[in-house]
Amino acid sequence: MLSYTLKRLLMAIPTLLIVITISFFLMRVAPGGPFDGERQLPPEIEANLKAAYHLDEPLPMQYLRYMGNLLEGDFGPSFKYKDFSVTELIMQGFPVSLEIGGLAILLALLVGLPLGIAAAIRRNSTVDYLVMGTALTGIAVPNFVIAPIFALVFGVLLAWLPAGGWNGGAWPNLVLPVVALSIQQIAYIARMMRASMIETLGSHFIRTARAKGLSETEVIWRHAIRPAMLPVVSYLGPAIAGIITGSVVIEQIFGIPGIGRYFVQGALNRDYTLVMGTVVFYGVLIVLMNLIVDLLYSALDPQIRYDD
Amino acid sequence: MLSRQLIAALGGLALGALASSAQAFSVNIANGAEPGTLDPQKTSGNWETRITRALFEGLVTYTADGSLVPGLAERWEISADGKTYTFHLRDAEWSDGEPITAEDAAFALRRVLEPAIANHNANLYYPIVGARAINAGEAAAESLGVETPDAHTLKIHLTQPTAWFLQALAMTEAAPLPEHAIDTAGEHWVEPGKTVSSGAFTLSEWQPQARIVVEKNPHFHAAQDVALDRATFYPIDDAGSALNRFRTGEMDIAYSSVPSSRFAWAQQHLSDALQVGPLTAEYFYMFNLREGQPLADRRVREALNLAVRREVITGQILGQGQPPSTWYVPHGTANAPSGQMAFADMPMEARLKRAQKLMQQAGYGPDHPLRLTLNYNTLEDHKKIAVAVAAMWKPLGVEVALVNSEAAVHYATIRQGKFEVARYGMVATINDPFDFLGAYAKDGSASRASGYHDADYDALVARSTRELDPQTRQRTLTQAQQRLLDDYALLPLYDYVSVHLVSPRLGGWESNPMDVHPLRYLEERD
Amino acid sequence: MTSDSKPYSGEQRDGAPLPAGGPKPPPGPDPTPDPRAADAPVGESLAKDAWRRLTQNRAAMASLGLLIAIVVVCIAGPWFLPWGLAEVDWNAFGTGPTLENAHYLGTDANGRDLLTRVLYGGRVSLSVALVASFVSLVIGVLYGAISGYVGGRVDSLMMRFVDIMYSLPFMFLVILLMVVFGRNIFLIYAAIGAVEWLDMARIVRGQTLALKRREFIEAAHALGVRDSKIVTRHLIPNAIGPVIVYVTLTVPKVILLESFLSFLGLGVQEPLTSWGVLISEGVDMMESAPWMLLVPSFFLAATLFCLNFLGDGLRDALDPKTR
Repeated sequence: MLSYTLKRLLMAIPTLLIVITISFFLMRVAPGGPFDGERQLPPEIEANLKAAYHLDEPLPMQYLRYMGNLLEGDFGPSFKYKDFSVTELIMQGFPVSLEIGGLAILLALLVGLPLGIAAAIRRNSTVDYLVMGTALTGIAVPNFVIAPIFALVFGVLLAWLPAGGWNGGAWPNLVLPVVALSIQQIAYIARMMRASMIETLGSHFIRTARAKGLSETEVIWRHAIRPAMLPVVSYLGPAIAGIITGSVVIEQIFGIPGIGRYFVQGALNRDYTLVMGTVVFYGVLIVLMNLIVDLLYSALDPQIRYDD
Repeated sequence: MLSRQLIAALGGLALGALASSAQAFSVNIANGAEPGTLDPQKTSGNWETRITRALFEGLVTYTADGSLVPGLAERWEISADGKTYTFHLRDAEWSDGEPITAEDAAFALRRVLEPAIANHNANLYYPIVGARAINAGEAAAESLGVETPDAHTLKIHLTQPTAWFLQALAMTEAAPLPEHAIDTAGEHWVEPGKTVSSGAFTLSEWQPQARIVVEKNPHFHAAQDVALDRATFYPIDDAGSALNRFRTGEMDIAYSSVPSSRFAWAQQHLSDALQVGPLTAEYFYMFNLREGQPLADRRVREALNLAVRREVITGQILGQGQPPSTWYVPHGTANAPSGQMAFADMPMEARLKRAQKLMQQAGYGPDHPLRLTLNYNTLEDHKKIAVAVAAMWKPLGVEVALVNSEAAVHYATIRQGKFEVARYGMVATINDPFDFLGAYAKDGSASRASGYHDADYDALVARSTRELDPQTRQRTLTQAQQRLLDDYALLPLYDYVSVHLVSPRLGGWESNPMDVHPLRYLEERD
Repeated sequence: MTSDSKPYSGEQRDGAPLPAGGPKPPPGPDPTPDPRAADAPVGESLAKDAWRRLTQNRAAMASLGLLIAIVVVCIAGPWFLPWGLAEVDWNAFGTGPTLENAHYLGTDANGRDLLTRVLYGGRVSLSVALVASFVSLVIGVLYGAISGYVGGRVDSLMMRFVDIMYSLPFMFLVILLMVVFGRNIFLIYAAIGAVEWLDMARIVRGQTLALKRREFIEAAHALGVRDSKIVTRHLIPNAIGPVIVYVTLTVPKVILLESFLSFLGLGVQEPLTSWGVLISEGVDMMESAPWMLLVPSFFLAATLFCLNFLGDGLRDALDPKTR
């Protein structure tokens, strides 16, 4: 196990190197640059701007410069947020996104898993239909619809909670964004858990367990749930990486100072250093999450082994 | 014992807080986006200058209604040939108590032209002797044509008379800077605790993406006239969210928070807070006039202009009170030229008839329709307008392919001249027609993008800049604009308006064409 | 515990063999599916069998019917409507549902008939959903199954490739595709399919890792069944449950992803539209013109509900364990 983990961590280095290299050139050959805006700049001024960010050098030179700085842990200054380095932006925003995203995932698991299991056990009953119908509504309504509705209804019309703002992370400010972010995840997790649970309950080893005279509760708790979690866990790896790095929609609508906005806005602004920063950060998270998922596989189902 | 002290202390704190909150006058402002920097010479948008303007006072500055008044300069003289400006600075202090000197003003002008600062508007200072060479990195900053005969006097030498030069000095880019503070703090000198300001407010807190707080500057030269104690800027980039938070009473001012889709609603429910006024900004369609392009033909350009019912766009689609325009320089601009496109008073039917005839003459007809692509950047209003314009051109037999792209791609496409018709928004940086007309003159941004070249037009624009007599200048500007309009070089649609929400409890806030709203004039109504 | 109270009694509905209560059943390899039986030419009868089970599922059949109805209406409907896709009614900007001028579901902010646009939008969204989900299904399932089944170094390399694909900035990937291939609606489908298969691949791989140590796979192996056959005949069918559910979850994702691409200018161009685009236009007008949000949302929701029940029905019908 340990040597497997070490090997995977070692392999992360070439993986990330490839990601960085492809992303760097992908971004640079895309049309539109960081200074293409409503105000078209005179050539002299554009030249000054390019020189200030070393964009006047040949592309391979820029790549080498970037990699060199990266080795020293320097992601460079953001183009748009000139007073901040990319590292500062990510380090200031990530704790916020982690808090909102982490709470949302937790909520989604706490609600989604039991709902999915209950629906599977009482398959085709009223409970099942009710749970799955609600889950479907959660999936069918995208979060750019849910979030404004929440802000309007609970923030403005009923005035139960703040309509937006971070306020240093006070809990009333957390409720709406966390719930809005988790609704879709609850729905996903409940749907997947139900399907997988049904699958597992029908499998041979569960029948064997039942036949041994174990009670239903025991069968479900001791034998069915763990293997049934597999697909949910496979899904959760990348999903967690996505959610704790923030959602641009939720952050904009609720005024949350997280890093989700940087993924989309960085790209829209052609803020090259910021985009690269988010790519590297997200890449590391993906590699780690997928490693954790793979390790969890063997914990959930002892039959899964990795050939070292 | 201890607890009693504690209670007493807490009580005192609470009382103090109550007392100060009863007296303190503070406002919360929904500001379009998170500032990338508060260095007044590195800013790139109004979400930044709204804050830098509170921190830094120019030699000349704006009042609440947007007109120019003396700022750090008490008065000034312009030489008869229009080439020497002499400013007399008032006795004023930086927020750290150091005197504000003419040297600080000269320092700021040299710095704004340094290539490393890469200021976006540096070209506005090119009229100063030596400026262009400095900005191009060909000369040292010290060679700039500014002098400081004494601590209170600044002389600026221009290469030629420039009618709009005072406007350029009113920008926060040109405001005197605290050289002593920049020397000690280095590149990121505008941070709470480090920065030293000359304006009515000082920076006291900056939580990135969350809020920026400015507080009254007791060293400000007119501090006794400033009613506001504190302003908090929230970077809210979603208009709906800004509107929500204004409705709950959390925000006192919400900039650009009422998109056209919600305007009618706001008129009904927030009429006492809705502030709408003309802007020095024009919404138009740029034509690609290069040889071989379909729009190189003036008849086609005229026909396309004729067929667009601008009042439908401003009335039915936007409905925020934008004036439909058959001119190029927005009427809210100071010294705006008069004149409009020749068809402006023709009835619509006659316009359509003429347009169809022109299209025929240009060789287009049912078997040979004109196929055009119309580029716009992603935004609901741009889309609605493009769709409507395409429908209006249909009776001429024009088949339009609509192409939307994100802003970076859209503007790159325009810059490279790879378009036929493209949506464009020209927003003035200074309150003068030059910003608009200059763009279509030689080396101007619109000229480079659209391929418009006309030596006579260039000469008129150049002359208008040198002309010092206001009436003669006005005539020259009108002639220049008319040349452009008679050539149908572009398709103007409307003058922009500003749409903000301002709590009715606030006074001293006025709509104005430059959309500048100095906080120092805000007051509390009873 | 009585048989009635068995919470999962649904399993019995299809007459699945439940182990008899009382005496212990003989231990041994999972009797279903029999690896040898799978070698027989059973394709046709399997499909027939599955179809028969599907037709017995009323919720699934009703969903199938409604889904077909939605597809037919989207394809044929616009011919019967008086308004064209780009046709502007200059007298009706943003009006609510009315019989006047035949704007049965109102008009959009440009005075175009909303019903007409929703139906045209349905063509785009449904075809994006169909193609992108299918692409992600095929690539994801095969990729995941092979990676998990072969294991070792191959698995490791294949999964690192997935990690790389996850991490690349999607937006630039699509922008670049557009630069290379030009604006093309099929490109949207391809681009969406190209990212959506990643989750599917990881899920299937996870299932495969769990299944491949099971007795029936090892038995098939021992019997000398070819690897390709084991993957297609045994592994994939046994992982079908989560796969089908995930496909039904992919559909709303791709429909909404398309609207994000349209926002970037990489999706459908006006006057053509899609449900995702219509919904995001509608959100803006939520308070003043709610029908602009409700109409496309209703069509999307109805489609998703149908797909879901159909998916569940299919899952049951295809499940080798209940066969």
